[in-house]
Amino acid sequence: MLVIVCPHCGPRNSNEFTFLGERSTRPAVAATTPAEWRHYLYFKNNAAGEEDERWFHVSGCRRFLDVERDTLTNEIRSVRDVGEAAR
Amino acid sequence: MASYPTRYSALALLRKGATRSDWPRAWRHHDLRSSYDVVIVGGGLHGLATAYYLARNHDITSVAVLEKAYIGGGGSGRNTAIVRSNYLTPEGSAFYDRSVRLYEGLTEDLNFNIMFEQRGHMTLAHSDASLRTMRWRAEVNKLGGIDSEVIDPAGVKELAPAIDVSDRPRYPILGALWHPPGGIVRHDAVVWGYARGADVAGAHIHQVTEVTGIDVADGRVTGVQTSRGAVAAPVVINCTAGWSTLIADMAGVKLPITTRPLQAAVTVPVQPFLVPVIVSGTLHVYVSQTARGELVFGASVDPFSSYSSRGSLGFTEGLAGHVLELMPGISKMRLLRQWAGLCDMTPDFGPIIGPTPVAGFYVDVGWGTYGFKAGPVAGEQVAAMVANGTVPRLIASFGLERFEQGRLTAEKGAAAVGH
Repeated sequence: MLVIVCPHCGPRNSNEFTFLGERSTRPAVAATTPAEWRHYLYFKNNAAGEEDERWFHVSGCRRFLDVERDTLTNEIRSVRDVGEAAR
Repeated sequence: MASYPTRYSALALLRKGATRSDWPRAWRHHDLRSSYDVVIVGGGLHGLATAYYLARNHDITSVAVLEKAYIGGGGSGRNTAIVRSNYLTPEGSAFYDRSVRLYEGLTEDLNFNIMFEQRGHMTLAHSDASLRTMRWRAEVNKLGGIDSEVIDPAGVKELAPAIDVSDRPRYPILGALWHPPGGIVRHDAVVWGYARGADVAGAHIHQVTEVTGIDVADGRVTGVQTSRGAVAAPVVINCTAGWSTLIADMAGVKLPITTRPLQAAVTVPVQPFLVPVIVSGTLHVYVSQTARGELVFGASVDPFSSYSSRGSLGFTEGLAGHVLELMPGISKMRLLRQWAGLCDMTPDFGPIIGPTPVAGFYVDVGWGTYGFKAGPVAGEQVAAMVANGTVPRLIASFGLERFEQGRLTAEKGAAAVGH
């Protein structure tokens, strides 16, 4: 199990969190095509290494978090609230 | 079909035993040629089965299977060896039914004992919603000629006396989907059998040969770069798991796949007491007893994507709690080891088999948690697709294009945790 250092709650087991997957950019909803929308929904980079992800601290502060994690080693590089600007 | 140099038989065993002579290697080493008609990336069950059927059914023998480590070391050697065909959709159950039938004849076909034991496969229902889906599955299965029926708790107790069917558990058992043709196989034997069969038929198996690049010119694949040099080929088939998106990226093809570990564990061997394969989707666990007496446990995929195949204590704790809900009598058993394999999860819990936008580059990927049971039929159908240049009807609904066309399969109800 991973330990995720929540910026609000401190170090917590990963089973307190819901993994929402890698972050991607949503197409403009009014201008997108069905194919483009499906591509956004289904196709991921599935990076082997550094990945920018979104997690939800469901059993804690219930904040959405941006997490940088290495998918080969599961090492977490950074955790910050989605409200916080990127450093 | 080519004849084997050493046919395994009781007579051969007696002769070898009497003379104490060595058995020859089951497959040979070859120099890597600079070109092949077909290059298969990944020396697991799917890649080796594809090589075997290309040679046996279509006389295509200029085939290289490139494996970055050793054959059968990925998902083929890490799964829980369960075979069944009681899927939810007519396409899914027809496809897996073909696989069960191939497995039934595989020991004779390959002249290699794969130890397929059709002990029956039982999926437990702990809720009215599960019972409803099981009735649906049973009726779809029966229409397709597949032996599948809903049974009550007394029936569960009769087939598997170790299961607690009382009201004690948090989620009491209300019934089950009973599938007599399901069972377990010795998974390494299937890999070795296909490797031997493919080798005898003329395919080259190259272990410790990593594909590092895929050459594409004018929208058509022309070969691969490997850790042992370049290989030209007009057809390249991606038969990898865990790493399938990285291989496809080399050809510029994106796949709707995320890689997730799935953990499994095995106990010390004990006397035989559990005949069927037992699955509980509600408790996220499945269990069977091997011919050696060990209990093999599997679970659902880990809750986040990763390429790491390390096990976790959280998994073991959860597994033990769930298993003891089903079988309180085994509380004193000791776990022997645990491990993880990498699963390619697709959005609709269906595989991705077919051509890609790059001509000559095919995929047989996205096998999630159900790749082992599909190995023979996938190999057979991919070989037919490559040889004939058309997609066979049995795999027509599993193409990559379905994701952009919005024609997803609906197998999640019968595939997720539903081993």
